[in-house]
Amino acid sequence: MAVEILKEKYRSKVGEVVLGATKEQGGTRSHTITVGGESALPFLHFEGAIPNRPVIALEIYDMVPEDWHPCLEKYYGDVYADPAAWAKKCVDEYGADLVQVRLRSADPDVKDSSPEDCAATVKKVLEAVGVPLIVIGCGKAEKDNLIYPVVAEAAAGENLLLGVAELENYKAITSACMAHQHNIIAQSPIDINICKQLNILIAEMSTAMAGRIVIDPTIAALGYGIEYTYSIMERARIGALQGDKMLAMPMIGNIGHEVWRTKEANTSTEEAPGWGEQEERAILWEATTAMAYLQAGMDILVMRHPRAAALIRKNIDELMQDNSY
Amino acid sequence: MIIIGERINGMFKDIAKAIRDKDSAVIQDWARKQEQNGARYLDINVGPGAADPVAAMKWLVEVTQEVTDLPLCLDSTKYDAIEAGLKICKRPAMINSVPAEAPKMERVFSMAAEYGAEVICLAMNEEGIPKDAESRVALAMELVATADAFGVPIDSLYIDPLVLPCNVAQDHGPEVLETLRQIKLISDPPPKTVVGLSNVSQGTKNRELINRTFAVMAMANGLDAAIADACDDELMAAVATARILLNMDIYCDSYIDVFKKG
Repeated sequence: MAVEILKEKYRSKVGEVVLGATKEQGGTRSHTITVGGESALPFLHFEGAIPNRPVIALEIYDMVPEDWHPCLEKYYGDVYADPAAWAKKCVDEYGADLVQVRLRSADPDVKDSSPEDCAATVKKVLEAVGVPLIVIGCGKAEKDNLIYPVVAEAAAGENLLLGVAELENYKAITSACMAHQHNIIAQSPIDINICKQLNILIAEMSTAMAGRIVIDPTIAALGYGIEYTYSIMERARIGALQGDKMLAMPMIGNIGHEVWRTKEANTSTEEAPGWGEQEERAILWEATTAMAYLQAGMDILVMRHPRAAALIRKNIDELMQDNSY
Repeated sequence: MIIIGERINGMFKDIAKAIRDKDSAVIQDWARKQEQNGARYLDINVGPGAADPVAAMKWLVEVTQEVTDLPLCLDSTKYDAIEAGLKICKRPAMINSVPAEAPKMERVFSMAAEYGAEVICLAMNEEGIPKDAESRVALAMELVATADAFGVPIDSLYIDPLVLPCNVAQDHGPEVLETLRQIKLISDPPPKTVVGLSNVSQGTKNRELINRTFAVMAMANGLDAAIADACDDELMAAVATARILLNMDIYCDSYIDVFKKG
């Protein structure tokens, strides 16, 4: 008698979000990228479809980063001062699927760049690369709310992924995305209830925006509470597969940003000889964090070190091999 | 638990009149209202007074489907009327209902297999409604076994343990709850369960309070569906809340609205 292998049956799937727009679609990207669409838990190809591979974005700043570890200079030091060249290097040399521009210079405590300056930077980056762009603000809500409409308008037609919307501050960015047809990052503080509520509030402003949300569950680096984010992401994804439409969105995480704040990534070899060589250690810390989040269902990994990104690309290649039976 | 909206039923005077006058606006209005308030199926019953039940069923199915994509629950003791409805349903429908009586099971289960329909199975037979849980479960098993023989998937069956009005047959209440529990043990996968919720409060005062209290109690005992008044806001709020407390939906502040929108 044949043994019947039990497979989990899910009744729903994660929505797909398309990033970028080609010339025919009203933008200037060389191609678009589709994320999401999973109808099974991560990489369980035998239980459903994983139609789109997870993608890697490399992150850049709109200014010379004052807080990045010196070991990154040999990769990016020559282009730090020029966001367009930096983005191009990420794509051409390091194979980034996407580029994420953080408008750090807009922070009133940093350079207080104007929204117009920010828009000009985004335009330059758009001209320099053909991949779809992620653009996020400086992190200060009051200033970001002035930036979103200007950047969204300047990049109209490009179908950006713009962030971030939060429970206490989602209206300005949602309006900007609605008006100029961009996708939106909805960020919640490692809290599934707030994650769902924020998606509902955005969807209430515009039903069409519900299909343009990418969830940022707020991630922690390995060793800093990764299991909390992991379990939130897992619960959200199971909810999505069981039919919870307000959690059925692709997910994004700022892995590089989090990992490169940890002492494990930054402590010098001399200070902690027992931990191994600093740069190798940092690369592995970033790659290991990313690997865990791939398994939790992350669709867009925003990374920093090009060698960590290369390791993850290889990991994704392996995970995307069909294991159905 | 999901709600099967009960309102398109010829027992209601406005529906009976709409069927007589072929006034589709009344039917469609109720279809929309129930869907907007969280119904996931719509019960369609031509009522006892319809001159031509087959024609009335076809008309009700047609006009309802013009305004909603919800699946329909075709409710009649006249199987020809149900079959006429099944033939024109755009989505797999539910048959309401069949008792544990051989000729009726044969007719309904072969129809269900042919049209891919779900079936509400009543825990009763020629002798009526049993008083205790054990006898109800025995009838449920008979229904499940017969359905299986006809090739109807067990998880497309909804066993109705049959709720009686609490002012007439108060002792049936706990038996129904016990039946709901035991039905989940009779097969793997188990059949689903359903109740005609408004029955529990027939002829009482405080009908809505009794309905929603029983709904929540039955949910805690595993109830999967109820034929009920989807436009009763307090009932829908209670059901949404029970779904949260039973960890069936993930909490968020707007959970009641989310439940209604599906």
